[in-house]
Amino acid sequence: MNALAIQVGQIAQRSVVRTLRQPASAIPPFIFPTALLAVTSAGLTSATRLRGFPSDSFLAFFLAFPFIQGALFATMNAGTDLARDIQTGFLNRLSLTPMRGSALIIGHLAGVVTMGFLQACFYLTVGLVAGVSIASGALGVLVILGLATLIAFAFGALGAFFALRTGSGEAVQGLFPLLFVGLFLSSMNLPRNLIQTDWFRIVATFNPVSYLIEGVRSLIIVGWDPEALALGFGFALLIAALSISASVWALQRRLTRT
Amino acid sequence: MRAQHGIEAEGLVRTFKGDIRAVDGIDLAVQPGEIYGFLGPNGAGKSTTVHILTTLLPPSAGHARVAGFDVENEGPAVRRSIGAALQEAALDPILTGREHLRLQCALHGISRRERKVRAAELLERVGLTLAADRKVKGYSGGMKRRLDLALALAHRPTILFLDEPTTGLDPQSRSALWLEVARLAREEGVTVFLTTQYLEEADALADRIGIIDHGRIVAEGTTEDLKAEIDLPTVEAIPADGTDSAAVARILERFGERTDGSPKGVSVRLAHGIDDLAEIVRALDAEGARVADLHLHAPSLDDVFLAKTGRSLEGAQEEADAEAPEE
Repeated sequence: MNALAIQVGQIAQRSVVRTLRQPASAIPPFIFPTALLAVTSAGLTSATRLRGFPSDSFLAFFLAFPFIQGALFATMNAGTDLARDIQTGFLNRLSLTPMRGSALIIGHLAGVVTMGFLQACFYLTVGLVAGVSIASGALGVLVILGLATLIAFAFGALGAFFALRTGSGEAVQGLFPLLFVGLFLSSMNLPRNLIQTDWFRIVATFNPVSYLIEGVRSLIIVGWDPEALALGFGFALLIAALSISASVWALQRRLTRT
Repeated sequence: MRAQHGIEAEGLVRTFKGDIRAVDGIDLAVQPGEIYGFLGPNGAGKSTTVHILTTLLPPSAGHARVAGFDVENEGPAVRRSIGAALQEAALDPILTGREHLRLQCALHGISRRERKVRAAELLERVGLTLAADRKVKGYSGGMKRRLDLALALAHRPTILFLDEPTTGLDPQSRSALWLEVARLAREEGVTVFLTTQYLEEADALADRIGIIDHGRIVAEGTTEDLKAEIDLPTVEAIPADGTDSAAVARILERFGERTDGSPKGVSVRLAHGIDDLAEIVRALDAEGARVADLHLHAPSLDDVFLAKTGRSLEGAQEEADAEAPEE
């Protein structure tokens, strides 16, 4: 195994171990999105009676939501962990080893991806147990897991960028409400064409989160929708590419080692 | 593992925003296998110097070579040769001591099998075998410092940087760390660059000492040489009950300048050295000034600091604390 792979593996292992040993970080990404799924799908069942609503099960329609909220938790966890390493000087310790900067970011995000994958499996299981059938079938399940993991990676990289720029866990946590608002101003509750308030519909149309949700949702309630999938994967890749580039830049600024 | 090269620096400068010169033209020459004590108050520039020498911070001017490599242009080679325990024991509270060592060894490219052996060996050496599988958040300050030292040694460096390694430790932990550092230098030939604000630490450990103040080295040499430069002992008299301390002070002041002493005593630096001691006793006796105790103090490093900077190390410390921005 080459040095970079070993370094990535070690940092990833640490990231997963850290998360699993901190129930306060590990449990909320599983519990809160699921609880919100239960509450919202129970309360908004009547929305399915709207003309043009794409599903007769609001639970199936809303099941895409936890994947995105879980990814927001990934942002927070990835960011606060990295910020803590900066604040405690642990990053300096790592800097004094031959570890490459890319290994730090990739390793860190490998831990986030692992958690994102486990979260996605959990949400999917909850949905299936609650009676949702996946319109795209078994292959669709794999694609959902893949897209959800990619979204967790993209948001995790965003968290890493904020951590590297600010060096403060508090600043990263301050980002959560902002991202949460971004999530609510999307098509999470209703398809965009059924949103009656003009400004809301416009914001949801320009909000990339809408396309991430719609990508996952299409596999659950529609089947194989190439446009929704292309937009979902496209925006996830775009966010991931931008966040990773920004993180690498921020790490170079942060690590002043010669 | 004796080092072939030590540490050399010439005209090292580091400035920060606001034109603050944290390091202001430092020259250094630390020999292989030597323990070099870098003594100074908070904010004197010790840690900034360490950050430059360990490649964590590029210098604004000047040059430095560590283990024969240029710190600016050969950073990776420098890092392979050095170990560092920086000012705060930068540990992950969630990981165990053993996990820390395995991570450190892995990042240094040590094979999986050797990692296990090396981790066990280092844990044993710093007395943490029993606590090896406990999370670090349950460690005492001394245990954290010992683990920090073990981590710095993971890849068998030839040069070790210790930035205030015993700050906040109890005397027992401090002594244990001193013993280990001394052993590393004497038995394994590791060059040690040690920053400290404790006079006794520099005195006990260092082969040579550099005293730094406001980013500049104001004195350098062996402790004996530095103290010899001062060459003036102090004498302190504790007046007996019923004896006016002002009277004792008047007598002692004939023999030298008053210095800080204990609250109950009167202390002067002897202008003509130890030869005055007999004369002082005669003068006190002749004038009926009874004393409960009389101490002769050889020059200390604090005296050296005072002579070189015009203030005591403790005073400089308080000054630095007062100047430090509020958090």
